[in-house]
Amino acid sequence: MPDIGFLAPYDFSPLTILSFALVLAGYGYALLHMAPEQRPGSVRIVTFVLGVLLCYGVMQTRFDYYSQYMFFVHRGQHLILHHLGPFLIALSNPLPVFRFWHERMGPSLRAGLRPLVRVYRILQQPVIAAVLFVGLIYFWLWPPIHFDAMLSRQLYWTMNWSMLLDGLLFWWLMFDPRSPVLTSALGYGKRILILAAVAIPQMVLGAWIVFSRGMVYDVYEVCGRAWPMAPETDQLLGGLLTWIPPAMMSILGILIILRRAMREDGRVVKPSQLAGENP
Amino acid sequence: MTKRLLPLILTVSVLALTGCFGDDGRWHGKDISGLMPELDFELMGSRGETVTPQDSAGTIRLLYFGFTSCPDVCPTTLTDLRKAVNQLPRDYRDDVTTLFVSVDPERDTPERLASYASFFGDQVVGLTAAEPELRELSKRYRTTFGYDEPDADGNYNVSHSSAVYVFDRTGKARLLLRPGLTTQQVSEDLAQLAKESRG
Repeated sequence: MPDIGFLAPYDFSPLTILSFALVLAGYGYALLHMAPEQRPGSVRIVTFVLGVLLCYGVMQTRFDYYSQYMFFVHRGQHLILHHLGPFLIALSNPLPVFRFWHERMGPSLRAGLRPLVRVYRILQQPVIAAVLFVGLIYFWLWPPIHFDAMLSRQLYWTMNWSMLLDGLLFWWLMFDPRSPVLTSALGYGKRILILAAVAIPQMVLGAWIVFSRGMVYDVYEVCGRAWPMAPETDQLLGGLLTWIPPAMMSILGILIILRRAMREDGRVVKPSQLAGENP
Repeated sequence: MTKRLLPLILTVSVLALTGCFGDDGRWHGKDISGLMPELDFELMGSRGETVTPQDSAGTIRLLYFGFTSCPDVCPTTLTDLRKAVNQLPRDYRDDVTTLFVSVDPERDTPERLASYASFFGDQVVGLTAAEPELRELSKRYRTTFGYDEPDADGNYNVSHSSAVYVFDRTGKARLLLRPGLTTQQVSEDLAQLAKESRG
């Protein structure tokens, strides 16, 4: 019989489980009740669910235990929470599901959500989004902050949730399916520029960790490792995970956006241009 | 609107950051006030009796995870702690209790723990429990331990935390003594802690 103990949460968080359950239930309900022509195809559904389950897996299974006591596993956890998971979720284009729920919201709920919308608009300014994306990585990896975050349960959860939420905001900004020609969505050129810009500081940070002679993150030394591994190896692997995969994700993102831009090139025409041609 | 907000956000984040780094440098150890929960456990003492923090209430508690077959780290740490306590002003020497929690209950019987602990001073208490309880306790203080494969003679190594958790007289988590501190530094921290809370 397979060992299902691995699937049990190491640090049980009812709020986390509830949030993930609500997201999946909300998505599933919308799929069943929305108009068939708007319903995402099976590939998109699988992509979405995979992204959500990956994030859940690194937060509420035994994986979380190894993330707390091995630096490189921790880097893997953040790679999923801040990059891969949100990347898949945004790429799956859940916009029809958002629309479905937006249409069903009462006016009072919409009014209540207005301050949140305002914060969202600010966070999605290109410069702020890029600075926040890289800034959070640097913030939580700043050695004294990282030490505290690994010691305090509350800070640890704040760290992981902030990474996940920021990852969702950032990749949604990058993969917003609405055409920048027709809507106020961010232009493709700017998206590509941001993706390139955020890759560089991440590579610098990763390389710095890889090439550091001394121990940068001694909290794993202090608190004991999950299994006996040379601290240098742990740090080296963690540095590589900070350095290479995020840079590759940026490149992958750029390629996806380029493809979309090339497809749209010449096909989408601004209504104002149409109006100009036919006075 | 964003142009006006950006400097504001930057200012707030810088303030928040400096707040985080605003360590007044009062301690040689790492200040963990507010980061960790207060001292709480129910373990087995070296006579097989149940021991809780109540038994050492009113003293400064030094919590350390280890095992008696530990070749180097545990004896060194316990020796250093004894030296640091002996360097305290005479009045405070009896105010510090060292709680040595063995994470190797398989080999560390109460008798073995008793003789090991007494070797490092009267104020050292040897404690242990069944593995699940030890896992709970180490999780509470965000540390872990693991066992190596036994060799041909049945000996095995145990990985454990190398830090000492310091709790004040009321049981609040206060300091984390990382390896590398001198006896003098540890002694100064303990003296300061003993002084501040003595009625």
